[in-house]
Amino acid sequence: MDRKITLILREVCYIIIPAVILYALYVQFHGEYGPGGGFQAGVIFAAAIILYSLVFGRDKAQKILPSHIVRIFVSLGVLIYAGVGVTTMLLGGNYLDYNALLHDPQHAQHLGIFLIELGVGITVAAVMIIIFYALDEFTEE
Amino acid sequence: MEVVTTIDITLLTLLALTAIALMHIRNLLAVILLSGIYSLLTAALFVTLDAVDVAFTEAAVGAGLTTVLLLGAIAITGRDQTVTRHSRILPLLVITITASALIYGTLDMPLFGDPFAPIHTHVAPHYLNKSFEEIGIPNVVTSILASYRGYDTLGEVTVVFTAAVGVLLLLGKSKK
Repeated sequence: MDRKITLILREVCYIIIPAVILYALYVQFHGEYGPGGGFQAGVIFAAAIILYSLVFGRDKAQKILPSHIVRIFVSLGVLIYAGVGVTTMLLGGNYLDYNALLHDPQHAQHLGIFLIELGVGITVAAVMIIIFYALDEFTEE
Repeated sequence: MEVVTTIDITLLTLLALTAIALMHIRNLLAVILLSGIYSLLTAALFVTLDAVDVAFTEAAVGAGLTTVLLLGAIAITGRDQTVTRHSRILPLLVITITASALIYGTLDMPLFGDPFAPIHTHVAPHYLNKSFEEIGIPNVVTSILASYRGYDTLGEVTVVFTAAVGVLLLLGKSKK
């Protein structure tokens, strides 16, 4: 690629990528009040990493988020989600009945939704990144 | 209130045009970009239906990430669709039968926006009236998705997880 184009791309990415990640976090944690939630946030976060990987190359992206760590996150999100369900059962409620988590039902619902949205976000982001890595590595050969 | 607005007509026309273009183009790169446009138009339609959460997902997943992942996929498979020389009568027959069945199915459906449609009279009133009291968060979509329908969402996350496992089994490298 032309050096000047690469320079522009890189500089633009330095501005865009932090903003995209910040936006992903906003969508993740503000999903209870506005549109959005774990699914959208996960995808937006993954988009930032994929953009980084496309512009700066796979090696640099893998240095920040290596494949084997992303693989752990793929299952970690599902584990958090299912774990909340098991916790509510251990606390005496039904599976995923958040009211068992805390005394105040509304606080308990908040906490439950926060945790499972976190699980959704982690899994979705990790899955998108790992699929991109897999395609990228496969093309390289 | 108008049921169908100019925006709806414009978006649906563009959607139909994109679909027709998709059928005729054999260059897969163009096909992928057009499907991205198709998703973005669909997202705009969801916004006109006030379904912003769904529109958000459609724009991010359908128009954004799927496009990138499919571009990654054609880097492996090649850019042009091979021309098939099968007879076109069988596919036409299958499509005609399926389409007739689907259109026949829509005849039984309640009218668009009918307030007495079963979907609006079953659990929806409970969600809309009680969710702020029971869950305490303003976005009803999140309440339904994460709390009332927590099982379904767990299922969805598991599907996403399974997709990753499938891709890794097919393309992933074993640990060196």
